[in-house]
Amino acid sequence: MNKPSAATTTNASAAPVHPRASLAEPAPWPGAPKVATGAEHPEDAPLSIHDMTVAYDRKPVLWDIDYNAPQGKLIGIIGPNGAGKSTLIKAVLGLVPMASGKVSIFGKPYSKQRRLVGYVPQRESVDWDFPVSALDVVAMGLYRRIGWCLPVTRRHRNAAREALDRVGMADYADRQISRLSGGQQQRVFLARALVQDALVYFMDEPFAGVDAATEQAIIALLQELRRGGKTVLVVHHDLQTVETYFDELLLLNMRIVAAGETGEVFTQENLHKTYGGRLTLLDQAAEAMARKGVRR
Amino acid sequence: MLLVVVGLGTAAPVLTHADASAGFWARAVRMISLRDHNTRVVLIGTSLLGMSAGVVGTFMLLRKRALVGDALSHATLPGIALAFMVMTHLGMDGKSLVGLLAGGVITSVAGLACVLLIRRTTRVKDDAALGIVLGVFFGLGVALLGVIQSMRGGNAAGLESFIYGKTASMLTSDAVLIAVAAVGVVLVCALLFKEFALICFDVPYAGSQGWPVLWLDVVLMGLVVIVTVIGLQAVGLILVIALLVTPPAAARFWTDRLDVTVIVAAVIGAASGLVGAGLSAMVPRLPAGAIIVSVATAVFIASLVFGTTRGVLVRVIQHLGLTQRIAEQHLLRAMYESAEASQRGSAVSNDRAVGWSSLIDARSWSQRELRRLIGRARRHGWIVEAPAPSQRTSTDVAAQSANDPGTSDRWFRLTETGLAEASRVIRNHRLWEMYLITHADVAPSHVDRDADQVEHVLGPEMVRSLIELLEVQGRGASVPPSPHVVGVPPALPR
Ligand SMILES: Nc1ncnc2c1ncn2[C@@H]1O[C@H](COP(=O)(O)OP(=O)(O)O)[C@@H](O)[C@H]1O
Ligand SMILES: [Mg+2]
Repeated sequence: MNKPSAATTTNASAAPVHPRASLAEPAPWPGAPKVATGAEHPEDAPLSIHDMTVAYDRKPVLWDIDYNAPQGKLIGIIGPNGAGKSTLIKAVLGLVPMASGKVSIFGKPYSKQRRLVGYVPQRESVDWDFPVSALDVVAMGLYRRIGWCLPVTRRHRNAAREALDRVGMADYADRQISRLSGGQQQRVFLARALVQDALVYFMDEPFAGVDAATEQAIIALLQELRRGGKTVLVVHHDLQTVETYFDELLLLNMRIVAAGETGEVFTQENLHKTYGGRLTLLDQAAEAMARKGVRR
Repeated sequence: MLLVVVGLGTAAPVLTHADASAGFWARAVRMISLRDHNTRVVLIGTSLLGMSAGVVGTFMLLRKRALVGDALSHATLPGIALAFMVMTHLGMDGKSLVGLLAGGVITSVAGLACVLLIRRTTRVKDDAALGIVLGVFFGLGVALLGVIQSMRGGNAAGLESFIYGKTASMLTSDAVLIAVAAVGVVLVCALLFKEFALICFDVPYAGSQGWPVLWLDVVLMGLVVIVTVIGLQAVGLILVIALLVTPPAAARFWTDRLDVTVIVAAVIGAASGLVGAGLSAMVPRLPAGAIIVSVATAVFIASLVFGTTRGVLVRVIQHLGLTQRIAEQHLLRAMYESAEASQRGSAVSNDRAVGWSSLIDARSWSQRELRRLIGRARRHGWIVEAPAPSQRTSTDVAAQSANDPGTSDRWFRLTETGLAEASRVIRNHRLWEMYLITHADVAPSHVDRDADQVEHVLGPEMVRSLIELLEVQGRGASVPPSPHVVGVPPALPR
């Protein structure tokens, strides 16, 4: 893939943190913020949200969001349905207008840093009957690099094939996407984000409706990205796996309930605040807590 | 034959009034031989129109904007009427095509603006907003045509042809205008192919990548307006939406690739335009629009049935094939499991014969089904007829005597290839069972039926990962033991 070109991109667009500088040392700066506010250098963060409020039709969905994501971490975004998790990602990516606030990616507005950001939308957001192959979908991740009106060439297709290989889907490159299983479709979406060779990834429920094998494959991939110094924010639903999957958490329900290292913020109390009276989920959480107790 | 010769002899290069009385065959020959310059131009024009409609229609359909296209085309009518009124008022030729079409474009765009306005300011749903605009604009157009008629007598005759389409009135200059616009539309689509594909497939992703989704949408709908407007004269505003929608819908039955869909839709559209305009040139009373759309619809129906990718016929054949394969695998499993039950402990070999009656009991097969199934398995070389075993177990004998005597003494055993195939099927099946038990929290007693459905879709890659998951890797192609009690097959057929 185009590793060299991606690196030049990074330098050219003056992202202050070099992607591979932090390979050995995971914490990018001393005293990386554990809670949302009070970061020493928020402008350096892969993602920095300041005072964000988002409303649909005058109905506020997100209030006063302040958050700085540490670099090189797997960050889980959790919260009940309708908490605004998808909206948070969409607002960061400029897909939904903000009523107020400021977002920056490595210190610059998102519109200047698009190449550094990979996005995996919710799988249900598209019509999988669309007449394209898995390879075609992955190649869409290169369209920006290809540019206006120019066709996809063999070189791009090779890059796309490589990305498919990374998610274990090389054998399905030419298959029409409706003939893939849910887990395979999700992997195609991942490959489309991977082929961009970004530094920050936003993934909206990549584990929703996938089989166990795919879930393992995806989590292995996320860990590989982390090893490469990338920052990955993942909307996640299964409270049972939260602790094993994520270094950091963002608990969200219209506001940020808590943010920071998983070990510190994944507590009964915070989950109560996040999920309110939703009993089934609390049961799940209690179970997770119990197991946590057993392990320790 | 004679007629053809006569026709050729009398065919003149230019259409004159005398020719109007010539017979059908004479016109047909002139048409097919493309002697007449005007006919030639009209045919080329309508073919290019059909081609551009197929191309733009593909993207419109994939963007799920067919209803918008319909509203746009209906909203052209008041514009045409108004343009006519304004032009005659100014003392110009009221029927100048460019002027009329410009009027159509203006009200069509105004209609779209109304839809957006309704969407913004009210809680009316999209389809309702489109319906309102379509009805109001079309009604207004019809009313204006009435006003024109009462004002100017027969002078406005011909304006209604925009509703149903009429190639007969098409001038060479009109056809040239249509052709140029159509080629332009196709060129824009070719240039923006991947951009259109992206906004049709995944708007959020396109937006996140910084593509101007709104403007690409505007360009796409602009192309739809252009095709609609140049299609008014040939096809008419009621049917032009059919020309936009039918060719791509038909093309989808032949391919799963976007580029091929666009090309096939373009060809179907062009052929419909050509045949439709040609037929209506031969039989002037036939309205061209109706024929063009009928041809496209005929192609659609043929595609629906015979389409190689999603056609009904292909699906039926595939389904039958799958059902057959499942039944064959069931037979192999029945043979294998019966042998396994009697050779408990040792490796399953193929030297043991299985009786007709125990096969019948294994599944809810009828005698006839089983006979056919066995015939097929023998043709595959999976099983052969075997002599009855000398010492039968008591249960076998009891079961055999309960059956019809004609088939009861038939015995079969697996061949080498049959045993290999049966082992593969059984192995996949049991891997799935194990997978479901360990990973999906399914109670073991419920597993068998679910596993039956999925074992037939297991590919080699899945099997590989399952083996890893189950940590049975060292055992290669061997068959893991069934996690539930074998010999009590599920009673319910699927
Ligand atoms: N396009 C939209 N228009 C209006 N309301 C919306 C829209 N999208 C989401 N919402 C509302 O915003 C809230 C948050 O939605 P979302 O971000 O999708 O939640 P989550 O992803 O956490 O389940 C929900 O109450 C939802 O109904
Ligand atoms: Mg969501």
